[in-house]
Amino acid sequence: MDFIKRFKLDSLLLPLIGIVAVLLVWLMIAGRVETRKTLDEFGDPVTKTVKTGVSPDLPTPAETWKASKPYLVQPFAKRGELDQGILAFAKLSLSLVMQGYFIALLIGTPLGFCLGLSKTFSKAMDPIIQVLRPVSPLAWFPLGLVLFSSVKMMDSSGKTAFGASDAAALFTIAICSMWPAVMNTAVGVRAVPQDYLNVARVLKLSRAKTLFKVLLPATLPYMFTGFRLSLGIAWLVIVAVEMLTGRPGVGGFLWQEYNAGSYSRIILCILAIGIIGLVLDRLMSLVESRFKTA
Amino acid sequence: MPLLEIERAFKGYGPKWDRTEVLADINLEVEHGEFVAIVGFSGAGKTTLINLLSGLVTADKGSAKFEGEPITGPGPERGIVFQNYSLLPWLTVHENIALAVDQVFPQWTSAQRRERVEKFIAMVNLTPAAGKLPRELSGGMRQRVSVARALAMGPRVLLLDEPLSALDALTRANLQDEVTRIKREDDTTIVLITNDPDEAILLADRVIPLTAGPNATLGMSIPITIPRPRDRKTIADHPDFKRIRLELVEYLLKSAHSRKTTLDKKLVLPDIEPEDISVSRPVFGWTGRRGPIRKSEIKTAAVEVEK
Repeated sequence: MDFIKRFKLDSLLLPLIGIVAVLLVWLMIAGRVETRKTLDEFGDPVTKTVKTGVSPDLPTPAETWKASKPYLVQPFAKRGELDQGILAFAKLSLSLVMQGYFIALLIGTPLGFCLGLSKTFSKAMDPIIQVLRPVSPLAWFPLGLVLFSSVKMMDSSGKTAFGASDAAALFTIAICSMWPAVMNTAVGVRAVPQDYLNVARVLKLSRAKTLFKVLLPATLPYMFTGFRLSLGIAWLVIVAVEMLTGRPGVGGFLWQEYNAGSYSRIILCILAIGIIGLVLDRLMSLVESRFKTA
Repeated sequence: MPLLEIERAFKGYGPKWDRTEVLADINLEVEHGEFVAIVGFSGAGKTTLINLLSGLVTADKGSAKFEGEPITGPGPERGIVFQNYSLLPWLTVHENIALAVDQVFPQWTSAQRRERVEKFIAMVNLTPAAGKLPRELSGGMRQRVSVARALAMGPRVLLLDEPLSALDALTRANLQDEVTRIKREDDTTIVLITNDPDEAILLADRVIPLTAGPNATLGMSIPITIPRPRDRKTIADHPDFKRIRLELVEYLLKSAHSRKTTLDKKLVLPDIEPEDISVSRPVFGWTGRRGPIRKSEIKTAAVEVEK
């Protein structure tokens, strides 16, 4: 009984207190609507509504909920290209993230293996990687546009199905999210115990067999840590990419709602991005723990 | 012709300016069907020696031969049991051994290979644990898997690199019995490296001390005349046991004592001495302080230290 009480206190009550506290702070700094009655220059009474507060334009939690409701109760509704349910947007964003992410893994994993296996290659590439790693997605995107300016694929109706901006978006996601996968794979390959390699040598395993039967399984736990971190970054990048391209998605919706002045939906988008990011991270953690050995 | 032969082998590590000579002038011959134990201190270079035999490292000077042919690299004909088991943690017991069997007998049918894997798992009494991962096994069980893997390769010689040193005393005794049984049943040639003289005398046909490193070398081979089967409970009462043990331990200790290290001791005599400050002396540099009359004196002496 005591255990259950404790469990409830720790995992339910305390987070609840935290959420309530944040909501209270939000409510305090959010704008309040005040109606003032004044007389105009002709002496007629007029009512004016003004917003006051620490941050007058910030909508209150209640206003946010009211404005977000249509997007939440009909999460898959499609009322227009840039007016869809929140999960419909999330689906669009996720599919783009997944494409970019898989390109990142496809390039990053072999690159990591090469870096881990060859000291010479590692020394040659290290300065480049160290310089490219901290570059922001906002900086990569224009380069992507330049690189893929000639990409244009039409669908049957003659509309552009995959253009330069799509290619640039994928490029940006891939190149930004690649690095944790590259670095962790390289570290993992270097950390393979000499004993395992000795076993491979005594058995006279061929190079390919050593790679697939010894090196790869021994590196998997490291690789999946890298993959999880990479996915987190890919999800961070998507918002920036969608803002720059204006394509429909959670980030694009956020930017559009900012331009339209409906600030409450920005908060909806932020929460949606956060929750989806958390879910992705937890899912990858599950996969990661599957591959933990010894 | 001896099965394994090492002649005047030297092995060191590190670049020229910071080099440790681990092994010096190693001579060893192992005949067919022999059980040789090499006893040495921790860090004496025992693992380097077994790596030399297995081919995982090659000698700087001298030669290592297996059946008259120079050893150029490791191979399944020299099965090695590593000190830390070296099982692949993502494979089950069965898969670990199957990896070795599949590699060594590619021409066999899968049923034949499977049978061989099962035979060797049964040989070390691990049939109930065949589907388990190494992390689910105790240290002793893991080492038995490692022994089974080495034997399943059908090696001409079994190299045991301190296989029992990480185990508790009871498990150790169990595995010692198992090694004796394997030796009796298959008449395998075995080279055992250990730091336990009692273990060496209990198991081997002859025992060779490895002196303390660096520049470790093999001493005189001591044949163990105690008849088999040997019983660990009564072997200590055998008159030869005490003689062999004494000879072995004395040789090892003597080799350790004969090595003395010198330390450089440094003594600084600072320039503290009374001075008549009424006498004028040139000032010291731009600081305007009075300079020392004489510089600090530094004396060094080499001191010999017993290890």
